[in-house]
Amino acid sequence: MSDSKINMVEPPEGVVGEGFFATKLNDVVGLARANSLWPLPFATSCCGIEFMATMASHYDLARFGSERVSFSPRQADMLMVMGTISKKMAPILRQVYEQMSEPRWVIAVGACATSGGIFDTYSVLQGIDKVIPVDVYVPGCPPRPEQIVDGVMKLQELVRTESVRRRSSPEYQELLASYNIK
Amino acid sequence: MSELLLPPEHRYAKRIQEQLNEDGSELSILNLGPTHPATHGIFQNILLMDGERILEAEPTIGYIHRAFEKIAENRPFYQITPLTDRLNYCSSPINNMGWWMTLEKLLDIEVPKRAQYLRVIVMELARITDHIICNSILGVDTGAYTGFLYVFQFREKVYEIYEEICGARLTTNMGRIGGFERDWSPEAFRKLDVFLEEFPAAWKEFENLFERNRIFIDRTVNVGAITAEQAMAYGFTGPNLRAAGVDYDVRVAQPYSSYEDFDFIIPVGKSGDTYDRFCVRNAEVWESLSIIRQALAKMPEGNEFHADVPDYYLPPKEAVYTNMESLIYHFKIVMGEVPVPVAEIYHAVEGGNGELGFYLVTDGSRTPYRLHFRRPCFIYYQAYPEMIKGSLLSDAIVILSSLNVIAGELDA
Amino acid sequence: MALETTQIQEKLVETFDSAVFEFKQEKDIFSFEVAADKITAVILFLKNDPTLRFHFLTDLCGIHYPDNDVDHQFAVVYHLHNWYENKRIKIKAFINGENPEIKTISNIFLSSNWMERETFDFYGINFIGHPQLKRILNMDEMISFPMRKEFPMEDSGRTDKDDRFFGRTTDNY
Repeated sequence: MSDSKINMVEPPEGVVGEGFFATKLNDVVGLARANSLWPLPFATSCCGIEFMATMASHYDLARFGSERVSFSPRQADMLMVMGTISKKMAPILRQVYEQMSEPRWVIAVGACATSGGIFDTYSVLQGIDKVIPVDVYVPGCPPRPEQIVDGVMKLQELVRTESVRRRSSPEYQELLASYNIK
Repeated sequence: MSELLLPPEHRYAKRIQEQLNEDGSELSILNLGPTHPATHGIFQNILLMDGERILEAEPTIGYIHRAFEKIAENRPFYQITPLTDRLNYCSSPINNMGWWMTLEKLLDIEVPKRAQYLRVIVMELARITDHIICNSILGVDTGAYTGFLYVFQFREKVYEIYEEICGARLTTNMGRIGGFERDWSPEAFRKLDVFLEEFPAAWKEFENLFERNRIFIDRTVNVGAITAEQAMAYGFTGPNLRAAGVDYDVRVAQPYSSYEDFDFIIPVGKSGDTYDRFCVRNAEVWESLSIIRQALAKMPEGNEFHADVPDYYLPPKEAVYTNMESLIYHFKIVMGEVPVPVAEIYHAVEGGNGELGFYLVTDGSRTPYRLHFRRPCFIYYQAYPEMIKGSLLSDAIVILSSLNVIAGELDA
Repeated sequence: MALETTQIQEKLVETFDSAVFEFKQEKDIFSFEVAADKITAVILFLKNDPTLRFHFLTDLCGIHYPDNDVDHQFAVVYHLHNWYENKRIKIKAFINGENPEIKTISNIFLSSNWMERETFDFYGINFIGHPQLKRILNMDEMISFPMRKEFPMEDSGRTDKDDRFFGRTTDNY
């Protein structure tokens, strides 16, 4: 539409001259990654319906570079876990995470994915961070689409500032090892 | 990897071997789900395939079993509504109202007409949102994303009405024993009017997009048909049963919340196939709109929104701070010290996808002794393996979404 | 002519004598109890009798009564519905607490298949003759039956509910 303003992403810090622009590799990679996060929706229950609303025309997650919902874990960057994960489901979630290629990020959307929520019962996993590492937690039961979008923006911030070497650092290896993920 | 292979005594393994011996052709096994994106929820089916044709299916459920019934035995009556929200989360208000009506039946509370009509309005709105999701997702599965994006805007409009009524969008936790927690604001009625004005045109357009669409018809007619006898044997209720031609609707069979005051028809299909299910839901949306209009027109004067039952209805907060009696009632209700009769109650409402029943056993204490939810899709999902037998893999997806199986309700 | 509850009662008592008892009207539902060993016969009769015609199984679930005497510790509750006359009934069958078993009705009502599996999953009630009696909602590896009253609701492995996080220690309650 003609009246819509297009918000361009700010360029990173650097030196501008005639026909060239010099900056750090980290910044460029971060910029590119942050604005083309392909989500893998792992929607199990109520929060999944709010994710539908987030994807639909009213809130339109595509504005944040997440137009393409990747249903194959191998091509996705951002695993969005929405809804209750039961103990029966936990190994499957883990398998999906293991199938994703680096770099990969995880958002736990909603109280259930974050901590088990109101379902403190024998059958529910009390937070997905028991089985996989999580980058951003979105509270709410279910969170409003604005909150989900905010969570994605928080993650973008993390991605933008992440060092390109982080994924091969010993700290990261240690983190994965603590979850027993190879 | 060896744990993924079928054990040789499995019936699929035997069947594959038999087929191989018979004519040398190879059958294959396909694992559909539990996180397949097209299944809109977590359902696992292990399919035995001959090429692209499904020979047999073995469903596994329980991937989001959250032990609702166990929690319900440990919570006072008030705290069970949030659980009912999360049963069929596409139409939470119906579940909430069903639960309150169960308690009202237990306690013999007569709800004022106006509150009953307000309940009817919100339940019909919930039915509309439920059918919006089901039918537009069916569109997505047959390759038409447009309809989904288009009608989902109107779901947002209904959410806004819910927000005016109770403050929440999806999991509404709406109402109290005897009525609502507060009167509806004028803004809620205004938004409802706007919705009633704008939505029919959009829904008509949505219908036009699909009903005579060649691709849609080819994908849905005679796909996943089920006869009336079979549907009843499998415990079908709701739109799926009506699509097979049986006019059973709890709203008419056992009218609750003054449904007998309204004039509406029960749309029925003929063949019980996917297309009929789609059309029945479409028609039900029109009926729901008509019921809402009638309820608004017949709405009694005044601002009564709850029954006068101080033993069970929380007093307003300002009264709690200034009035001794209110404080006592407040304390008693919150601490669960109100007397509850010892009884066994079954109450059913017409949920978004069938007869949603609450079987409540009380022993006089503050929590239910036993609460069983009759979850319609848990019961009719049993028929799914039978329905997809012999169909193509792509049809299996379409049949699943036309059945409107909600994972949260299925696994409870 | 509407189907009267007295008519149902008379017919049942006539056919099954003392195996059906405790007839009462509970709000809008007519209910009675059945001796557990007669359950399939009673339900089959209710379904096939030309005047009763209870052709639809609405619901099936279990209840645990640990405080009752040993022969009445579990109950299986059946809700039947006659759509022609719009009549609902509830049938309750008490069974033994140490060896809970009852005959399946999955050959009478197809829809009871999963409901019986669910009841088995929750309570460990053995439905004799069920075609595929195994766990449905919980994991196959589970050994206990979670809806029995003695089973705790909360997840035992939870670490963040540590009292120390709330400023409490064992000696400052």
